[in-house]
Amino acid sequence: MDVELRGITKRFGPVIANEAVDLVAKGGEVLGLLGENGAGKSTLMNVLCGLYRPDEGEIVIDGRTVAFAGPGDAIAAGIGMVHQHFMLVPVFTVAENVVLGVEPVAALNRLDLAAARAKVREIGETYGLTVDPDARIEDLPVGVQQRVEILKVLFRSARVLIFDEPTAVLTPQEVEEFFQIVRALRDDGKAIIFITHKLMEILEIADRVSVLRAGRIVGGGDPGAMSRAELAEIMVGRPVRFEVERTAFTPGAPRLEVAGLTVLHDTGEVAVDGVSLTVHAGEVLGIAGVQGNGQTALIEAITGLRPAVTGRILFDGQDITDASPRARHAMGMAHIPEDRQRMGLVTDFTVAENMVLDSYYSDRFSNGPAMDWRAVNRWAAEAAEAFDVRTPTVFAQAGHLSGGNQQKLIVARELMRDTKLVIAAQPTRGLDVGSIEYIHARLMAARAEGDGVLIMSSELDEILSLADRIVVMFKGRIVAEFDASAAPPDKAAVGLAMAGAAP
Amino acid sequence: MTAIDPRAPAVADLGALRRKRGTGAALIVLAGVILLLFGDAAGDATFRLSRPRDAWVLGDLIVPALPVIQIAAALTAFLGARQFLRGGGRWTTLSLGVGLALFVMAFLVWATAGKAFSLTGMLQATMVRAVPIALGGLAATLCERVAVVNIAVEGMLLAGAFTGALMGSVIGGWGGLVSAVAVGGVFGFLLAALVVTYRMDQIIAGVVINLFVLGLTSYVSSQVFAEMRHLNNAPVFRSWKIPVLGDIPVIGPMLFDQNIFVYGALVMVAVSTYYLFHTAHGLRARAVGEHPRAADTLGIDVYRTRYIHVTLGGMVAGFGGAWFTLGSVGRFDENMTGGRGFIGLAAMIFGRWHPVGALMAALVFGFTDSLQQKLALLQTPIPSEFLAMAPYIATIVVVAGLVGRARPPAADGKPYVKD
Repeated sequence: MDVELRGITKRFGPVIANEAVDLVAKGGEVLGLLGENGAGKSTLMNVLCGLYRPDEGEIVIDGRTVAFAGPGDAIAAGIGMVHQHFMLVPVFTVAENVVLGVEPVAALNRLDLAAARAKVREIGETYGLTVDPDARIEDLPVGVQQRVEILKVLFRSARVLIFDEPTAVLTPQEVEEFFQIVRALRDDGKAIIFITHKLMEILEIADRVSVLRAGRIVGGGDPGAMSRAELAEIMVGRPVRFEVERTAFTPGAPRLEVAGLTVLHDTGEVAVDGVSLTVHAGEVLGIAGVQGNGQTALIEAITGLRPAVTGRILFDGQDITDASPRARHAMGMAHIPEDRQRMGLVTDFTVAENMVLDSYYSDRFSNGPAMDWRAVNRWAAEAAEAFDVRTPTVFAQAGHLSGGNQQKLIVARELMRDTKLVIAAQPTRGLDVGSIEYIHARLMAARAEGDGVLIMSSELDEILSLADRIVVMFKGRIVAEFDASAAPPDKAAVGLAMAGAAP
Repeated sequence: MTAIDPRAPAVADLGALRRKRGTGAALIVLAGVILLLFGDAAGDATFRLSRPRDAWVLGDLIVPALPVIQIAAALTAFLGARQFLRGGGRWTTLSLGVGLALFVMAFLVWATAGKAFSLTGMLQATMVRAVPIALGGLAATLCERVAVVNIAVEGMLLAGAFTGALMGSVIGGWGGLVSAVAVGGVFGFLLAALVVTYRMDQIIAGVVINLFVLGLTSYVSSQVFAEMRHLNNAPVFRSWKIPVLGDIPVIGPMLFDQNIFVYGALVMVAVSTYYLFHTAHGLRARAVGEHPRAADTLGIDVYRTRYIHVTLGGMVAGFGGAWFTLGSVGRFDENMTGGRGFIGLAAMIFGRWHPVGALMAALVFGFTDSLQQKLALLQTPIPSEFLAMAPYIATIVVVAGLVGRARPPAADGKPYVKD
């Protein structure tokens, strides 16, 4: 089955998300749709799967023009989408999720789960997607949940499969298995649209690539004939440097020492289980691991947002286990939190107000009991300038900035002072290549100045390119450590440790 | 290669440990309370198991009061000690439940010591009093399963009671019943419109409906009904005994010698359980309550599903409201539902958002409610005001102590915004 998008334009108010986009996906072929975040990839695919209606243009399936009133129509036309954030009901079983909306029923509208299970097994065997139909989604690892999403689409007899950033949540091993499945589907004659901003994935899996930038198709062709640098240049619109520039590794005294730290989840379960680690001055320690293995709780404990049940945390030799976040901040700890919108910023506040969230109480910003807004604004303008935060004025709402500029705003607030220890959690998640480049350079600059830098990321490539030393967390424990000061360690070995296999 | 044990036990679940210990200590204290409060009982307690005109008559159950109370205290203390030392998991809730049941039993024996008490009559009254709570809980369950919090159950019950009395007086019992259901449905639809289409805060929308219904019905009842008594004089649905089944000793009168409201409640609980958990549309409804966006991507109309279920919930509440007038006294009084709708919400939570659970919880509340009535007759030394508090105390104990970590539908209370 072939699908063609012709001249698709989609606007949200004054914002144009897609402009006159033409795209063709053919059966038996993997089409890579490459673009930075905010380039309009997801909007385009939501048009194709019936969630949005295009303002202009048409969708043509096998030569016939179609119009979708809703997702149901797109599903009926054979288009299935595997969303970036899985659309699975956590408390339902695999079989229930797969059949939801097109349930096989017996008399009295009774749900025929036996038929559903049989069908799940049958499809699973055809494509190597083995899943226990009676398992509950919330008990399954993310990689398996993704298989359920694929099963769901296949159960609806989809012949066009759209994958939206499918590898974001997978371990390297899971990615390999996932690519096998994609190839099996392609060889079966399905048309695959693979959305990503990762160049290596396009080079590995796509038969053809189309590049989207600022809502328009700006290039494409046979990825076999293109280099990574060429693709990146088309995607970003300028040449991109991939290597992080780093100075020689000269570690100093320990900045942060964590010993036997145990931290609980809100539910009372153990999140961090007896973790010990050290970050030296002038060193980047990378914490690798699949999301949800206790990294978040560990960062929260180090920054003072979550109490330690057992263990000690030392900062420059001083015990800060029970110190308040403000005390830690005053000692020179910078924290770039995991979720910039929820933890890093007050999105309804202005850029200037966000710039002083950590220091509004200091004398330089006050006039007696009143805020000295002029000083705040002056300082915010300086910081925005110094850290390349692109905002019309410092009075703009932080929530209206792009993701990259929001993140640079946080980095500016945290690093625009004398720091000794930088804790960065997912510092570049969901950012465009340019912002990633910039933030990485800033973190390396902190390292060069003798700060201890702790970076937690679920992007293994990010850890590999920045860290001098890598520890891997799995189920709340540190299960492996790799030295990366001379050369990056073997990616496969780190990946195995992330999946819980000891080396 | 060795896989790492995923069930890292290192620091065992501290929260669970505290909970286990806490429950154990509470039970031991409860045992002491039983001895202290009820240890002065003397004589035998007589429990009547049959009514005089029953087809099969069982003899009375006569127990010596003090020894039974002492045994109950000993059992409670044992449960507490066991819980403290090595309970946990499922045992925590079970022990607490059994402990509370023993407490109630000891209390009954103490209050009845030297007197006679009709157990059958109380079970029958338990069922009757559970009906409005169960129907309120069922109505709220239908709404919350599609993620709409329905605080307005109270107002819907009251609207049903009022409509039942008014229309029952004008066009007869059946007409009144149908009208009550319809008015409940109208308020359900109104709530759905407010919270689904206009995305009003669900709690506030519920409170607004409650206050509106309370004000309107109170006004009409004091201004209009006071003048025109014939508008507030509805026929009452009499109980209808099912042959044979109604003659079963003890539980027969409770389940099979009742009026249409009891039978209606039991049927609705059964039907909605089948609907929610065994049909395709029930699966879709639950998906809307758990993960509306997922449902949306699969072509399920989230808004429509919510409208339908909240309206259905309103109709169930309207039926439950009619119980107060058409199923009981035949006339409407100001605020006659007296918070039963809110207790229904508690029953829903206690019943873990399951119709059968809500019914069971409602029976617990109905039991304390009828106990309070019967005890007033037994002339215990406890002031009647304290007894009147019993259902509410039971609500607090049950919701805070027994439910523990029940999990509401994931999207409960959140409006769904299609973007």
